[in-house]
Amino acid sequence: MMLFQLEAPERTLVTWFPDWPLVAARLADALPPGVPAAVIAKGVIAACSAEARAEGVVRGLRLREAQTRCPELVVCAVDPVRDSREFEPVVSSLEERTPGVEVLRPGLCAIRAKGAARYYGGEEAAAGAVLESADRLAVEARVGIADSVFAAEQAARSTSELSAVFVLPPGSSRDFLAPFPVEVLGQPKLASLLKRLGILTLGEFANLPAADVRARFGAAGITAHSLASGQDPRKVIPRTPPRKLDQQAEFEPGMDRVDQLAFQLRATADTFVGDLQTEGLVCTELRVLITDEAGSRSERTWGHPRHFTASDVVDRVRWQLQSQPPAATSGAGGVSRGGLSSPVTRVEFVPVRVDSIAHHGRALFGDGAEEQIHHGLSRIQSMLGHEAVVVPAISGGRLLGERRRLVPWGDALPTGTAALVTRPWPGRIPDPQPATVFASLIPVLLLDANKEKVRTDHRGGLVAPPMWFCPGGDPARRRLVAQWAGPWPLRQRWWDADHRLEADRFQLVDGNGEAWLLLLDEQNWWAEARYD
Amino acid sequence: MSSLLSSASPASLRDDLQAQIHLMQGKRGSERSLPVLPSLSRLVPGGLRPGAAYSIQGSMSLAMAMLAGPSRDGSWCGVAGLPDFGIEAAAGFGIALDRLVLVPDPGTSWTQVIAAMADVLSVVLARAPERIAPAEAARLGARLRERSAVLLVLGPWPQSEAVLHVNGYEWSGLGQGHGHLTKQELELEVALRGSSRRASVDLADSGAVEFSRHRMGA
Repeated sequence: MMLFQLEAPERTLVTWFPDWPLVAARLADALPPGVPAAVIAKGVIAACSAEARAEGVVRGLRLREAQTRCPELVVCAVDPVRDSREFEPVVSSLEERTPGVEVLRPGLCAIRAKGAARYYGGEEAAAGAVLESADRLAVEARVGIADSVFAAEQAARSTSELSAVFVLPPGSSRDFLAPFPVEVLGQPKLASLLKRLGILTLGEFANLPAADVRARFGAAGITAHSLASGQDPRKVIPRTPPRKLDQQAEFEPGMDRVDQLAFQLRATADTFVGDLQTEGLVCTELRVLITDEAGSRSERTWGHPRHFTASDVVDRVRWQLQSQPPAATSGAGGVSRGGLSSPVTRVEFVPVRVDSIAHHGRALFGDGAEEQIHHGLSRIQSMLGHEAVVVPAISGGRLLGERRRLVPWGDALPTGTAALVTRPWPGRIPDPQPATVFASLIPVLLLDANKEKVRTDHRGGLVAPPMWFCPGGDPARRRLVAQWAGPWPLRQRWWDADHRLEADRFQLVDGNGEAWLLLLDEQNWWAEARYD
Repeated sequence: MSSLLSSASPASLRDDLQAQIHLMQGKRGSERSLPVLPSLSRLVPGGLRPGAAYSIQGSMSLAMAMLAGPSRDGSWCGVAGLPDFGIEAAAGFGIALDRLVLVPDPGTSWTQVIAAMADVLSVVLARAPERIAPAEAARLGARLRERSAVLLVLGPWPQSEAVLHVNGYEWSGLGQGHGHLTKQELELEVALRGSSRRASVDLADSGAVEFSRHRMGA
């Protein structure tokens, strides 16, 4: 404790952005501007807009209660990632005016006031510069300056919309904090205990001798005590601004051929991978954003089983462009092979997931077979396209086509696939499974002795046993049914228009000795698979 | 060249030259052949020979069973041009799906894709192309020998080590309106190194294969 008291108090400037979760949600277009809106955390209001506040919505209110007070309230769930993401440009803009910003949490940051005050010629002027930088981004900010981070935060919170700056003169922090209730310390357990002991304000708490506080409340108590005394032991630790790792390339005039574009992008891709490497990172998931002259944007995230090299990055751009159907040829000449619907003016690479380069180091004698296989398959992918080389996995479902899931080489299996398989799936065909599962159902016909289509009655039984099977769907070329079994009903999701299925399965062996798995929906016969 | 000859011992030089001759002749005595399932071991005695092509006609299940042996043994396998490949049946035969790669549509450059797959995968199962020039097939064969890969072709193939032709299926378990398919028995004709014989195989079974052999030709 003595150590902190010996030092001269460090003047601190705290910038507070009121209702940051709400502002962030509006910046991210999750909430519309100008209407009563609120951000919800665990069923209670975490932040609300001024319009909602006018209707009587306050922080901490239950959602249902808030909706009774303000029926037109628009809400969205709290998202810490969104808060941090939207805060990043604000901090960058602040750093341009006053370097050395520490982000306490999204919506609250601290700066050492000394340097800024000397540069701008006074603490008020420094606060003005901070407000100006926030104003440029059209977000509301409040500034408090005091002897400690805690006091400055409280000062910033006690400002109003009209006077957005509150400067406490040096040495007055303790007196300023004295009337605040003990809850502002942010330690609910300690606050509740202090209240039961009859200590209601920070002033009363600060008046207790430090040694007694340590004896009674321990380390957490002594920290809170120094906060209350206006001697925040926390120092402002400025963040090191992160290096920008994303890269972009702009083209003027736009590129209208894929091969040209790939050639031009090679340098950008090299810089992208090189920059990551200097940071000791490799990219394992990459987002590519392509903007064309018409202003339309294509955005796609690509995975990689190992990590992206520069040529992999260029390949992904090529595949992304080739997977889009080119628009109808326009004007004279037409578009040649490899041409694009509209010239590309801008390509951006954003590393979505990075990993330490140490995890991807090459073994001294190479990585053996797997490495070779990856190179070979990537070569086929660059010949045929990303989706041409796939890895199979068994998924859940009732139809055989649904149970087969094909994932492009390099992409991860969708999460939950393994869990789907282990579910029971009643209606599954008994082993052995058919070797040929048609990628799309093939129309066939099954006829009874009168050459009528075989149907099921409303109780699910057969009207007449099958006699003739027409594999091509053509009644003229029919085969005798040798053995058959069915109907095996498949009923699923009658409440869901997109996934509902009402069908009956049949197994049959035809006169040529071929075995089939057939499906009868409301009207038609289909071949789902063949046992061959 | 002369310095190279003088530096190597005559014995090692002889071994190298022999290996090269074997490579060019397509014989690889020392090379380990790939295992096959027990039910097929008498159809393809000695296993699948690296660098050879096998033609399978008329049955996807038989192709899967041929693929299953090497896959169980830890080899990587590829399947090209078969969008209808039933992966649940494949898993049932014991093919490891995490070492299986599919190229459902190899497009127009069939030979190139198969060659690229054979470069890195031990066994490649492919549907035979509509037609293939003998020279092109020979080039692919040389590539297979060089990379010691096995090509299983579903359909006719000009230079195949063995042809397994399925003449008919015998199903059991299914009745008239009851039961379900339980067992498949294949009637097939195997042409292997000039001799042809008939056999019936139960793919679900891991053991006995009944032969009714009658030699043809040599």
